[in-house]
Amino acid sequence: MYRYDQFDAQIVRERVAQFRGQVARRLSGDLLEDEFKPLRLQNGVYLQLHAYMLRIAIPYGQLSPRQLRRLAEIARDYDKGYGHFTTRQNIQFNWVALKDIPDVLEKLAEVEMHAIQTSGNCIRNTTTDHYAGAAQDEVLDPRAWCEIIRQWSTFHPEFAFLPRKFKIAVTAAEHDRAAIRVHDVGLHIRKRGDEVGFEVHVGGGQGRTPHIAALVNPFVPEDRILDYLEAIMRVYNRYGRRDNKYKARIKILVSELGEAEYIRQVEEEFAAQRPDEKIDLPAEEIARIHAYFAPPPLAEKSAGSKLLDAAKVADPAFARWTRTNLHPHKTPGYASVTVSLKPLGVAPGDATDAQMEVVADLAEQYGYGDIRVSHAQNLILPHVALDDLPAVYAALDAAGLGAANESRITDMIVCPGLDFCNLANARSIPVALEVQKIFADPAYEEDIGKLHINVSGCINACGHHHVGHIGILGVDRKGEEFYQILLGGRADEKAALGEIVGPGLRADDVPGAIHRVVEYYRAQRTSPAEKFIDTLERLGHQPFQDALYAAD
Amino acid sequence: MPLIKNGEEIANDWMFVADGSALPDHTKVTVSVGRFLALKAAQGNEPGPKGVRLSPEDDPAALEPYLAGLSLIEVAFPKYTDGRGYSQAQLLRRRLGYSGELRAVGHVLRDQIFYMHRSGFDAYETARATVSQVLEALAEFTVAYQPAASSPAAVFRKRHGA
Ligand code: SF4
Repeated sequence: MYRYDQFDAQIVRERVAQFRGQVARRLSGDLLEDEFKPLRLQNGVYLQLHAYMLRIAIPYGQLSPRQLRRLAEIARDYDKGYGHFTTRQNIQFNWVALKDIPDVLEKLAEVEMHAIQTSGNCIRNTTTDHYAGAAQDEVLDPRAWCEIIRQWSTFHPEFAFLPRKFKIAVTAAEHDRAAIRVHDVGLHIRKRGDEVGFEVHVGGGQGRTPHIAALVNPFVPEDRILDYLEAIMRVYNRYGRRDNKYKARIKILVSELGEAEYIRQVEEEFAAQRPDEKIDLPAEEIARIHAYFAPPPLAEKSAGSKLLDAAKVADPAFARWTRTNLHPHKTPGYASVTVSLKPLGVAPGDATDAQMEVVADLAEQYGYGDIRVSHAQNLILPHVALDDLPAVYAALDAAGLGAANESRITDMIVCPGLDFCNLANARSIPVALEVQKIFADPAYEEDIGKLHINVSGCINACGHHHVGHIGILGVDRKGEEFYQILLGGRADEKAALGEIVGPGLRADDVPGAIHRVVEYYRAQRTSPAEKFIDTLERLGHQPFQDALYAAD
Repeated sequence: MPLIKNGEEIANDWMFVADGSALPDHTKVTVSVGRFLALKAAQGNEPGPKGVRLSPEDDPAALEPYLAGLSLIEVAFPKYTDGRGYSQAQLLRRRLGYSGELRAVGHVLRDQIFYMHRSGFDAYETARATVSQVLEALAEFTVAYQPAASSPAAVFRKRHGA
């Protein structure tokens, strides 16, 4: 993974000192709360329902064991003993005191971490495929370009006060696990012969007016991508709407101008860049950053593992976990492991300090020191030898992290909702936990197969309800919480937005309704190999909607 | 309102004349882009105002033919959260080659000044920051990741010996 050199370390140190000063000026009253707000936001500090929340950047979702241990320490010393991994591959602490935040940032800086631009109207953490560097279907490892984009976007002087927040996602695999079509900018790394370039999508997004991104350029050569991003950002900074916060995202600019006119403006700005405006990242710098992402020194293995086979026979629960929570690795004899943060009855994405330490230890012992956070709010050990899986599973299971549900119905993406968030209309975690209970039997859940349920507590869609196969959206009706159900969304390369199927349901009625939809699917699928989303697409929404509202 | 340039407070001997108000008979005034362009169209080469004030929605490229004759361009920040002025500054400095004074006016806060400096501003009119605070803000970062109108140079150049 990337390691700081003297310059990176210097920038983060200077940032800590700057923020310490800003907090001191705020506490002394020299800085008004209104003036402090964008400053603290650009450092990930939110004022939530109960306290300040600190969001820490995990660039493109990668952590070392040392960094994860440091997060565990912060959870223990400054929070209530847990942290919450987010859909942007970051981590949030909900109970940190403002006066302690500079100290927390200093502790983070010691392990090459920060909270820079994790909030506010600026370019946020760039996210990517959580199997990057391990997946069989990638043309190259996208992390080096994510790091290059991280550096370019950090404290970019021109783009710190954009109309609205700005999120970039990158994938290099045919199967899109980074949801690039629902980001402000989605980049798909492609190869034309030996040449590497970026397919550029702009204007995707969720929130109250969801959009699938427009394809703006099919191939921007790699050495021009930062210049192209500058053109995209400048057009947005100058012409994005600032009169209405709900119309300020780039998706609205693209849709109001129309795709063709928007593309013309970006291309015109790109063509107008003078030679000395070009970023011209030296080839040595591109090579320097790529070198940090060299494949780990994996010992040579045969494709199968007798140890693994024997353990599967001995323990059906382990066998199930190997069927659900492994992803094929590009190197024979290895797999990528999903550590589920969605055990029954726990707020999705939460991990305790002790659990973080267990994962850090496992990564060190069995995982080449590499840990990822997925946008589905799980942790990943991308490189584990098949022979080591029984030991890894045993340790995870003992720590309450052995749930066999990756991409299954209880592996829900859920926003914090009314329990934490002051924008919420409804609770999202309790409703998700009630739905989980219906599908608590692991054999039943495995039989259902891959099915994504996403839950948001309001139309801001932090729980990505538009792109869940089943989406659940909390709304407020005269002081009572109701839940609208959406069907048919997906975030992958066939990205689509779910449709609201009918009147909202009371919280108590949601689990039963979802259960009826799932049972209808099981009755109608051509075989267990046909996934929920495929059956839904084959039959259309109507019969599923009928099932949803059918009385028991 | 205090005006800070080159690390010290200086006297402001310019004035902004709003549209519709009469122009004085000297040239040390700034006017809106619309008025400036209208005056140029009407007067040809006669001396007119030697300064312009940009509003966030103005396109600095409209000033291109006249930049050599301008001594001051003010960029207005009606709200400090409106970041269009940073793009205007970068365009003026890097694309259009403007080399006169570039002054941030309006809602200018201490914690924006580093970004303003990097975007090409060299003067700040602010009621919310003292000279020492401006100097402090300018010194907060000694390293920067990306090229911009002004120092420090991008880190990748330093890394590879430029
Ligand atoms: S979707 Fe709404 S309730 Fe949920 S975290 Fe976002 S703003 Fe809060």
